[in-house]
Amino acid sequence: MNFAVLQFPASNCDQDAVHAVRLLGHSARLVWHKDASLGDTDCVIVPGGFSYGDYLRCGAIARFSPVMQAVKQFADNGGLVLGICNGFQVLTEAGLLPGALIRNRDLQFHCENIFLKTATIDSPFTNKIPAGKILRVPIAHGEGCYFADEATLAKLKANNQILWQYCDQDGNLTDSANPNGALQNIAGICNDQRNVAGLMPHPERACETLLGSDDGKWIFESIFAALKNKPVAQAA
Amino acid sequence: MKAKIIITPKKAVLDPQGKTVQTALAHMGYTDVTGVHIGKYIEIDLAPGTDKAAAHKALNDAAFKLLSNPVIEDYKLEIE
Repeated sequence: MNFAVLQFPASNCDQDAVHAVRLLGHSARLVWHKDASLGDTDCVIVPGGFSYGDYLRCGAIARFSPVMQAVKQFADNGGLVLGICNGFQVLTEAGLLPGALIRNRDLQFHCENIFLKTATIDSPFTNKIPAGKILRVPIAHGEGCYFADEATLAKLKANNQILWQYCDQDGNLTDSANPNGALQNIAGICNDQRNVAGLMPHPERACETLLGSDDGKWIFESIFAALKNKPVAQAA
Repeated sequence: MKAKIIITPKKAVLDPQGKTVQTALAHMGYTDVTGVHIGKYIEIDLAPGTDKAAAHKALNDAAFKLLSNPVIEDYKLEIE
């Protein structure tokens, strides 16, 4: 499988994402934000970082980069797109995912390992996650508090679009396990077509035990499995 | 000519900065303060003689698409 990892000015998890995909046996390359085309691509990763210095709002300026038009077209054609951390913020700003990410409720930047409960395995991003498995992955963000208005939240729930929620190590969705004040402990969601997803935690930083956890690999393995069973999307 | 855009968080959105400042004001003895909402102020310079109505329309569009995020923020636009 070919992964395209976008690179904006001040992306800083781009190389980690490329490393994780290659480590797990697939190919990945960086695509510069000024490129108008994605080339031969099976899946796009919008990586973490501080694109455009987080000026104005996180992700607000990156969404106007030329490559985002190609990503939008790729997504419209059914291509798989995963936004991680700042990538999640970019996808919400671009309107490819509903809601928004706002300042953490305690105003602190959180850099720590958290636990994630998978709310549904019915998505290309979660299908291989073992039943009941609580994922231990890191977060590193100051603006990760997921917000959506009541109607949007109701729609997310009705369509099973909530993919991951912050939990304690036993899988309970408690308030103290919620690092940023996200509504419903939401850590990650997908769109209603289920081909675009975003999450604040960093699965790409948890794909080898040397780094403390390899739980993040289940998200990538899910994508590989989904791509195997799916006709190739037309790259823009 | 100048355009002034004031961006504020929507009422339903958590505003932890506003809450923290409100608490600080209460500690300082400003007991009449019942709410603090922190947003952004953007000043945009326009060329002299710019058509005001056209600028208003264009900046409304810019405020909706880029300067504010309508999911979480409201804005007010003034041109003077």
